[in-house]
Amino acid sequence: MQNELPYEQPLSELRQKIDELKRFGSEKGIDFSEEIARLEERYKKLEQEIYTNISPSQKMHLARHHQRPTTLDFISHIFTDFVELHGDRLFGDDLAIVGGIARLNGVPVTVIGHQRGKDTKDNIARFFGSPHPEGFRKALRLMYQADKFNRPIITLIDTKGAYPGNTAEQRGQAEAIARNLRDMAMLKVPIICVVIGEGGSGGALALGVGNRVLMLENAIYSVISPNGAASILWKDASKADQAAEAMKITAKDLLEMSVIEDIIPEPQGGAHKDVEATSLLLKEALTKHLNELLKMTPDELREDRYNKFRQIGQFQE
Amino acid sequence: MFKDLFQKKKKYATVPSVRDNHNRPKREIPEGIMNKCPKCGNIQYFKELEKNLKVCSECDHHMRLNAFERISMTLDDGRFFEYDSEMTSADPLNFPGYVEKLKQQHEKSGLHEAVITGEGTIGGFPVVMAVMSADFFTGSMGSVVGEKVTRAIEMAIQKQYPLIIFSTSGGARMQESILSLMQMAKTSAALGKLHESGGLYISVITDPTFGGITASFTMLGDIILAEPGAVVGFAGRRVIEQTIRQKLPDEFQTAEFNLKHGQIDMVVHRKDMKQTLAKLIDLHTVKGEVTHAE
Repeated sequence: MQNELPYEQPLSELRQKIDELKRFGSEKGIDFSEEIARLEERYKKLEQEIYTNISPSQKMHLARHHQRPTTLDFISHIFTDFVELHGDRLFGDDLAIVGGIARLNGVPVTVIGHQRGKDTKDNIARFFGSPHPEGFRKALRLMYQADKFNRPIITLIDTKGAYPGNTAEQRGQAEAIARNLRDMAMLKVPIICVVIGEGGSGGALALGVGNRVLMLENAIYSVISPNGAASILWKDASKADQAAEAMKITAKDLLEMSVIEDIIPEPQGGAHKDVEATSLLLKEALTKHLNELLKMTPDELREDRYNKFRQIGQFQE
Repeated sequence: MFKDLFQKKKKYATVPSVRDNHNRPKREIPEGIMNKCPKCGNIQYFKELEKNLKVCSECDHHMRLNAFERISMTLDDGRFFEYDSEMTSADPLNFPGYVEKLKQQHEKSGLHEAVITGEGTIGGFPVVMAVMSADFFTGSMGSVVGEKVTRAIEMAIQKQYPLIIFSTSGGARMQESILSLMQMAKTSAALGKLHESGGLYISVITDPTFGGITASFTMLGDIILAEPGAVVGFAGRRVIEQTIRQKLPDEFQTAEFNLKHGQIDMVVHRKDMKQTLAKLIDLHTVKGEVTHAE
């Protein structure tokens, strides 16, 4: 199976055996129903075992799965009346970030997210979801617009990181990210950020300064990709799995460190197995957190956001 | 020049002496007496070099400074009241080898962390200043750097002093993973408050400044200065060359390159830095008081 992940292999092997036995039975007219039932039982157990103990490095692969639902998938499943808006008014329209206005349960909100491509052509057009400065600046423009019209902001985070290119540098990649961090902190509307896939470094954080930061169960969020960390720390990018374990990048780790507020469960096997169900769970979480935030005044929202980030960090003195 | 005398020898064929090269120690410069410029190779007396603010007299290369040197060069009489001098890193992730590496870095640099914060005066104007030091953990930002810088910003707001940050950094501290990343948001949010309070923030870029530092407080200055030749960017040259599959020009990401591309305000020679800072602060004063807009 082309969509399976390495750790799912025992499952697909067993599934194959069951199918073979069924076929063989029906061809030869032999009744294997007892054996098949036993194997199905074992399959269920194995499934349980594999999917409840997904390691950090396995989650890394799951978060990058090419069939994992993207920002636009979630937008179409969760929101209504989505109108996509384009451009940063300075240089161009970066397709690695999409954004616009939509309704969540009938209430207008601004929704912005990183957008990976669905196929190679799409991926090239969208720089694999890695934004240039104009992407971050488009996002900030839409956030200011939301602030003006008192619309809550929802961001969906899914990027390996900001695009590391020469033109991105020339146009101020660092400045664009920095400004988003500073100005998002000052907005007076509720901001909810959800890491839906990979939250990679500054390019992810540039959409991540929210009152609430949530993560899908199998999403990861880290300061540098495990591959990058491995090549710097151990001069060996193939030790990415090892780095993934050491760097504490899973939703559970981040909840324990109070970096995020909530984990959104995914269907067994990951979000790509049932986009509909995942969307429903995400919508529930968004609704719940937004309802809480809507009770706060603009100043309280700002203070709440400031305090959330102000307390992050561990040190001795 | 000596060099000219020796060049005459080139007329003759020379047989490289393998034995000699192996046994003879590399021409080491006695430490503390002489110094070799890493850019042009010019050898000069250390004392002369220090008098010249560690700028090469031949090629004008600005050598890297540690935080102590920077402070003594910048503040009036080098007088400095340090904040949070005892703050040190924890090991929140139990990251393999982190504690040992921190100890090593402390022994090597004499610093507790990659930034020193505090206050002093420049040309008589009181300022809050944060100075990063690349000799501690390549100036990377973990929880301590984030917290100290944030407290310094909050102090600048409270005291209504101008804020000056000298940046140099390899980026975020991987060993603190997500907590390092979040320091970018923390320091930037604090700068949002400073910005809103009308306080002046001058950011000074020194060689090298990269990654999460550039993409947070470094690029948020009301005025951004850089030392000549300082290399500053978000992604490193090697990563970019791998991505775009071509060689980048030598001047890529230098202060001069960034000036040309509109990313910084001025390139300021080290000998003019203090004066420039004082002048800029002075331009923000009315009747001797540093203005706070609003």
